[in-house]
Amino acid sequence: MEKVSFKLNDNPISLTVDSERMLLWVLRTDLGLTGTKYGCGAGLCGACTVIVDNRAVRSCRLPTKAVEGKEVLTIEGLAKNGKLHPIQEAFVKHDALQCGFCTPGMILNAYSLLLRNSRPSRAEIIESMENNLCRCGAHTRIVDAIQSAAKEMKGVS
Amino acid sequence: MKEDEYTELDFSDIIIGPHLNRREFVKLMGGGIIILFSIGAPSVLQARGRGRGYPDDFNAYLRIEEDGRVTCFTGKVELGQGVITSLAQMLADELDVTLDSVDMVMGDTSLCPWDMGTFGSMSTRFFGPPLRAASAEARAVLIELAAEYLKAPKDQLKAKNGTIFDKTQNKRRVTYAQLTKGKTIARRMKTKSALKTPSEFNVMGKDFLRSDALEKVTGKAKFAGDIRLPGMLYAKILRPPAHGAKLKSVDTSAVEKLAGVQLVRDDDFIAVLCKNPDEAENALAKIKAEFDVPDAKLDDKNIFEHLVNNAPRRNIVDQGGDVKTGEKLADVVVEETYLNSYVAHAPTETHTALAKIEGDKATVWASTQTPFPLKDQLAQALGFSSQNVRVITPFVGGGFGGKSRSTQAIEAARLAKLTGKPVQVAWSRAEEFFYDTFRPAAVVKIKSGITNSGKIVLWDYGVYFAGARGSQHFYDVPHHCTATFGEWGRGSGGPHPFGTGAWRAPANNTNTFARESQIDIMASKAKIDPVEFRLKNLKDKRMRRVLQAAAEKFGWSPSKAPSGRGFGAACGTDSGTYVAHIAEVEVDKRKGHVQVKRVVCAQDMGLVINPEGAKIQIEGCITMGLGYSLTEEIHFKGGKILDLLFSTYQIPRFSWLPKIETVLIKAEDISPQGGGEPAIICMGAVIANAIYDATGARLLQLPMTPERVKEAMAIYSQYAAVTT
Repeated sequence: MEKVSFKLNDNPISLTVDSERMLLWVLRTDLGLTGTKYGCGAGLCGACTVIVDNRAVRSCRLPTKAVEGKEVLTIEGLAKNGKLHPIQEAFVKHDALQCGFCTPGMILNAYSLLLRNSRPSRAEIIESMENNLCRCGAHTRIVDAIQSAAKEMKGVS
Repeated sequence: MKEDEYTELDFSDIIIGPHLNRREFVKLMGGGIIILFSIGAPSVLQARGRGRGYPDDFNAYLRIEEDGRVTCFTGKVELGQGVITSLAQMLADELDVTLDSVDMVMGDTSLCPWDMGTFGSMSTRFFGPPLRAASAEARAVLIELAAEYLKAPKDQLKAKNGTIFDKTQNKRRVTYAQLTKGKTIARRMKTKSALKTPSEFNVMGKDFLRSDALEKVTGKAKFAGDIRLPGMLYAKILRPPAHGAKLKSVDTSAVEKLAGVQLVRDDDFIAVLCKNPDEAENALAKIKAEFDVPDAKLDDKNIFEHLVNNAPRRNIVDQGGDVKTGEKLADVVVEETYLNSYVAHAPTETHTALAKIEGDKATVWASTQTPFPLKDQLAQALGFSSQNVRVITPFVGGGFGGKSRSTQAIEAARLAKLTGKPVQVAWSRAEEFFYDTFRPAAVVKIKSGITNSGKIVLWDYGVYFAGARGSQHFYDVPHHCTATFGEWGRGSGGPHPFGTGAWRAPANNTNTFARESQIDIMASKAKIDPVEFRLKNLKDKRMRRVLQAAAEKFGWSPSKAPSGRGFGAACGTDSGTYVAHIAEVEVDKRKGHVQVKRVVCAQDMGLVINPEGAKIQIEGCITMGLGYSLTEEIHFKGGKILDLLFSTYQIPRFSWLPKIETVLIKAEDISPQGGGEPAIICMGAVIANAIYDATGARLLQLPMTPERVKEAMAIYSQYAAVTT
């Protein structure tokens, strides 16, 4: 057991855990943040995507010790003061989800894309979302939602 | 009601509304403005989930809360298909309340009316009518109660947004909540209350966004794996390497020494349980087990021959005329065999359940499509009385037929009973693939014939193991016979080396692929444009209408195939709905890769409750259908499943996306039909036909992988060399 300290959804946090354990399980079990999902455990589907220091990371393959001193954002921390983030807003407005299981990972992956590239083309959105899997087939609307969120956010942040 | 019927009622067991105890029930019967009109004993019992069939008592479907909100109870579950919104629309419209005042309680066997399960595109078709009828009756009763309360004649009253007012004196009004005070309405109407007609709709037939979106974009939506109970343990179960394998020896000593790990063994059922799921997985890896694995005779290549050789007796689904006569009349006879492989459901959420047992009572939260059947299975597995088992279905992360079987819930319940603690079982992705009830591999053999003028005169159709759904053709053919050899099966057993089951529009994907490919081959032999050829042989008005609508939206210009343009057409019916697809593909002739550029789908599903929701389902069907058409197939050797991860089992991704356009046919005179499945059935054929149009190569096996496309092109180029 080791102490791991990091910022989680803007709040400093210190945990005493087996720091080799994957962040996904520490989030879901130890911290009760169940918005981050298990989809495959092999980094192949993106359901477990979280943001670490502004980059999208597969938490099912990330040992907890790797976030020491870093900033972690999960889906629970994206809306601020009860106000949805523009990407969340756009997913709602475009009906860009069905079962919703892949949705947190989709939104956070899009969040990381828009941090890197505030005006992505459709092709760039598709390329950066390629390894996030959705079985229900909400893809078209997810791309539309990301495009409209990018427009909405222009000049905002 | 006769007295003997009355006295036979077991009041202690009757809950007219979930929160009404016997004393309140009797009090209600006693009088006040809410009077008991009819107890309707069977319906009340059905409302508790004892009966089979939808209850008659509207209280089983809805409750008006003290704050004026309305709770809708349904045994249907939300898998992503959107009935959480469309069912609420039906209730809101018939009851005259606003949509956002409706709260849905879904798939809870203690609170909701019995339901067989959420599959077969049946929620709107078959649960919709009783829900609407219940809502309409509740509204009629409320009007009666309001008439007494306001001392005004009924026809002078009007209901709107949960309030009933006097049309002559707008200020004289009473809300539903004031009338019912949160109690169950015990009065019933003597006559059936009329349902609204489309011209009277305020909520139905209009676009509404998903009502669960807010929860789902914020991570608040709870799935079975997100439920936490004090003291709960996470289990991992020892699995065989192949179906049919038997445990030979096992050494659990390494696990027994570990702190914080509980080992459970019940014969061959061996599990480790920990406070964290990842720790349980690590502990499981320390168990050394040896299995006897039966010899692998079957694989994904020889399975088709095996299926045909092991087919059960022929079952005729439909026939007319005489196929021998048809063959004599035909100038051209086409005989082909179509194949499709095993396909996985691969929902993003794996099978998950949490079970809690207290004394002789069990509560199980499960990702399932069939909470009520599961309740009975759990009762049997636990040796409990069925009424002591409650299944609660949180949001389900996709099902597609695969969660009609919920073995994980039985496993969780067994472990909860053995350990005395709440236990979660969440299958890993590998377990999800391994224990999936795959869409069966199947074979279709068709012999069909046309005259020189392009009239179909012969149709002799046999389908092996896919099943009957969608096998009946709808063309105008004088001599025809459609037969099945085996169904899609349930679970393991039969000719398959592992479990098979319902997969989104079961049987119909296979049947529509074969039929619509065969039709295209005949069109090409007749040198007639494929859309024109279909229309020439089609009398069914609804089918003609969808095909013409799709062609119009696409901007179809007639040409005989192969035209080199890469355009294809296909049509079919499923769950009472008619669909026609037109697609455009681009084929990389060197690599054999197929990119679907555009898909137009026209759908006649009768009256549409939520057009936006219906379009989303069509888009989902088209996108998911790309998978079984182009890449998805389970490779196996005997009972060993070789595809256990998304790295080898490829499901559709963003870069595959065609431009999708949908047309919903206005057909308000037809009651609502299925929406979750129909638009997936044409995907195999529409792509195969477009590939043919692009290249001249005919694909007869799904999925149409680059290797198979290249192989078909090689055959075509040999044929072209001979014929030119």
